[in-house]
Amino acid sequence: MSAPMIEVRGLSVGFTGRSGATLPVLRDIDLTVAPGESLGLVGESGSGKSTLALAAMGYLKRGLRRLEGSALYRGEDMFAKSRSELEAVRGGKLALIPQNSGQSLTPTLRIGAQLGEALRLHAGLPADRHRARVLELLGQVRLPDPEAIFDRFPHELSGGQQQRAAIAMALAGTPDALLLDEPTTGLDVTTQAHILELLREIAAERGMAMVYVSHDLGAIVRVCDRVAVMYAGEIVLQGSVRQVLKAPAHPYARGLLASIPRLSDPALPVALGGRPPAPGQAGAGCAFVDRCAIAQPRCRTEHPALTPLASGDAVRCHFPAEAQTLPIAGQGTASDDARGEAPVLTLDDLSISYSRPGLLDRLMGRAAAVPTVDDVALTVRRGETLGLVGESGSGKSTILKTVAGLLGAAGGEIRFEDTPLPGVVEQRRPDQLRRIQLVFQNPDDSLNPRQTVAEILEQPLKLYFGLSGQALLDRSTEILERVRLGAHYLDRLPGQLSGGEKQRVAIARAFAAQPDLVLCDEVTSALDVSVQAAVLDLLDELQRTQGTTYVFVSHDLAVVRALSDRVAVLYQGRLCEVGPSDKVYGLPSHPYTEVLLGAVLEPDPDVAPRLTADDVVELSPPARGCAFQRRCPRKLGAVCETDTPPWHMGAGGHAVRCHIDLADLAAAQAPAQDAVKKA
Amino acid sequence: MLRMLLRRLFLGAVTVVIVSVIIFAGVEILPGDACTAFLEREAQGKLLENCREAQGLNRPPFERYLDWAAGAIQGDFGVSANGAKSIAELVGNRLKNSLLLAACALGVGVPLAIVLGVVTGLWRDKGIDLVLSTGAIFAMTIPEFVSATVLILVFSVWLGWLPGIVLTSASAPAAEFFPEILLPVIVLSMVMTAHILRMVRSSVIEVMAGDYVQMATLKGVPYWRIVFVHALPNALLPAINVVALTVAWLLGGVVVVEVVFNYPGLGRMMIDAISDRDLPVVQAIALIVATVYVGVNLTADLLTMVLNPRLRTHYMRQR
Repeated sequence: MSAPMIEVRGLSVGFTGRSGATLPVLRDIDLTVAPGESLGLVGESGSGKSTLALAAMGYLKRGLRRLEGSALYRGEDMFAKSRSELEAVRGGKLALIPQNSGQSLTPTLRIGAQLGEALRLHAGLPADRHRARVLELLGQVRLPDPEAIFDRFPHELSGGQQQRAAIAMALAGTPDALLLDEPTTGLDVTTQAHILELLREIAAERGMAMVYVSHDLGAIVRVCDRVAVMYAGEIVLQGSVRQVLKAPAHPYARGLLASIPRLSDPALPVALGGRPPAPGQAGAGCAFVDRCAIAQPRCRTEHPALTPLASGDAVRCHFPAEAQTLPIAGQGTASDDARGEAPVLTLDDLSISYSRPGLLDRLMGRAAAVPTVDDVALTVRRGETLGLVGESGSGKSTILKTVAGLLGAAGGEIRFEDTPLPGVVEQRRPDQLRRIQLVFQNPDDSLNPRQTVAEILEQPLKLYFGLSGQALLDRSTEILERVRLGAHYLDRLPGQLSGGEKQRVAIARAFAAQPDLVLCDEVTSALDVSVQAAVLDLLDELQRTQGTTYVFVSHDLAVVRALSDRVAVLYQGRLCEVGPSDKVYGLPSHPYTEVLLGAVLEPDPDVAPRLTADDVVELSPPARGCAFQRRCPRKLGAVCETDTPPWHMGAGGHAVRCHIDLADLAAAQAPAQDAVKKA
Repeated sequence: MLRMLLRRLFLGAVTVVIVSVIIFAGVEILPGDACTAFLEREAQGKLLENCREAQGLNRPPFERYLDWAAGAIQGDFGVSANGAKSIAELVGNRLKNSLLLAACALGVGVPLAIVLGVVTGLWRDKGIDLVLSTGAIFAMTIPEFVSATVLILVFSVWLGWLPGIVLTSASAPAAEFFPEILLPVIVLSMVMTAHILRMVRSSVIEVMAGDYVQMATLKGVPYWRIVFVHALPNALLPAINVVALTVAWLLGGVVVVEVVFNYPGLGRMMIDAISDRDLPVVQAIALIVATVYVGVNLTADLLTMVLNPRLRTHYMRQR
């Protein structure tokens, strides 16, 4: 084996807490990455994975300091280098691709200038060749029209394009080692899959060493040879991707795998209870002991060492053999199917437009803009969960806002139990307001940070039921217990809760109104997978006990599959496919559904994504014909551009809106599906 | 872009017109008018009638407003009630003096504030930051008349270096105000420097902790290049609006400093005109100050838009 490119030896990093004690964030980390090898770092938020990746560049965020150990690049300690030595290495031979490139590119500099800067610092090219080289790099990351991108500012690019520009910038110094900090988090499924394929190709072509940080095992599987699982600042399991995903020897890794919803599995994932210890709270024994199903007294007193196993893995557990018996998938309960026939919510030919034609436009006879959402007809029955899926910009959240009355409709009708629902909140009766509740994506934004949990819950109780005094307190406690939080949470502020607890409070607030219909807008996408599983489980239980109806919006197709009875697929605000989950996730599919499902990354080394369409970003829907015409891999021809496609009805209320009929779609799609199964 | 510019200019003009109506109406509602003020105790009977006739005060208010506004647009604010001097000339001199004072204070204060703000932001929580930030809080909180008096005591009375009071007449050319103007400039720039410094400091700290500065560091960009190329263009954008408000404040509201130093500026003229009930002068100054506020803020908004690519695209998209 050749000398390691990146090597971390006994590294501990920490900060000084309020009490004055030193609290560790990374504890005694050892890892090596050989040239051409790629190592994945996984773990939940707070596990220290990003800190570790940045520490490999000799960089620590403000407030953190190195306690012990070293981070070597080509055998030289990055923490021992002077500022100018660091500047020479960073961004040159050792480069970073950041999380959220939208914020990592300087807003006041054009893309060309930012890439040119990297070239000037690291490439040693004559200045007159910079422009040509930048254009070449932009082409290599497959950005369309490099000349135009060169002169754009970062905010003028889409999320996927920003990420590609950041990759091009990292490649400017022809690196031999790349650190990737959640490079695809926050991108659409298709964009994510394309970026990962690009990274795979670049890595294979150039033989770079890579450290890939992600919370998403599906992404890790696509690009990494080895994985290190991190928990509470420690590496708890390290081994080959196949071994770690198929037969992990650590209880945490198994719990993590079981909590990931799978596209192929209609059951709910299994939540991993508890939460990781805060820095400095890990105690003398194993950090995972409080959440571990096979914990023994020895685990509380004796800290396990990272021990090599026969399989080639290294695991930090006293009982790796017992750990192997824990389930890693497929043990969750199926989301219930019990539902009535009475429709709770009916959307009839709904269209929504953000741009209102001004007086001037009307006088000049200018045509109104193509509506953002158009021609959406859906029925949601009592006790049912309707999943709304689509990429960003597909109009799924827009529809929720309109149903909630936050945004007026431009046309069509919304009926709530056969009564037409007025368009905006101000015109709705208190009773109608009470019965439709909304849960937002990010509880940090939707909970008032200066109100206690009690105050948050009391609001709907006072407003809708006029409760006060002891009755109010009793009811708040009862609701809190129903979302599995105890009464001692009542006087806490949102800032004192974890992400999952905050989202539960937000759900509790919605259920305090005793709603019939709860609109869930990406409610789990800001949460870690294990927490997400717990929230999904909670939503399912509340539905079973209360008979509540859900409209569940998410960009994550596996999550939607786990919770929904029926699914509607949206593209550019137009419905493509509606039907029972198993029909929508099976064949035949609308070509867009096929593209979406093909791009999903499963945490399984045996399943590769199928990329059948480009990840082009469309800013507005076409004026005529099929909404998906410009990206469709199965486009027929002129008919798709001129005629609105018809609905084809299949079994069990399955409907696909396409010019190709169901039998032809099924015939065309089956071979591709088989090919994947064989692979 | 051009459309946006015209739109903003139009809105600015509408604001000034509305303000002028309010000013005119306000003066109109007050009991008495220019003639009662001018004639004082003799303001009755035939004398008052004649005066009103001569001044055209018997005409309906709307007609007089149009007359006044039309004059104001051409820079003619009529004559002052007492002394019958041209207001344009009186106010013009004062405006020139106020502009001189403001220009000097801005010339000293703005560059100083930005440099010190950047220094305190970059060396946050270090000795130099603690000294300058604490100093800034003192400069902000000590009332101007106190700092002015102390400076006069030190530099004029004890050391005798600088004149403590302005004796030059209002109509003198700008050059004659030196060195008398120095102490007022120092007092004013202390206050404004403190305000702008604190804003620049927090803006620099925020930007330096941002993702793109971390990215630039990890891209191997040298520290000072990060500061000047990546951080400052972003950190200084919010300063433009604060500077604009300071300009407006300097031109309209530095009465205290003008009174303490006997400086013949607009603020003091306004106060004098109010106590003399010289209503045409009050109207004229109020309108000028309002126009300055609108103009300065409009300039700042346009400047921010030109310098901030995000806003630029935003407005381009809106046509």
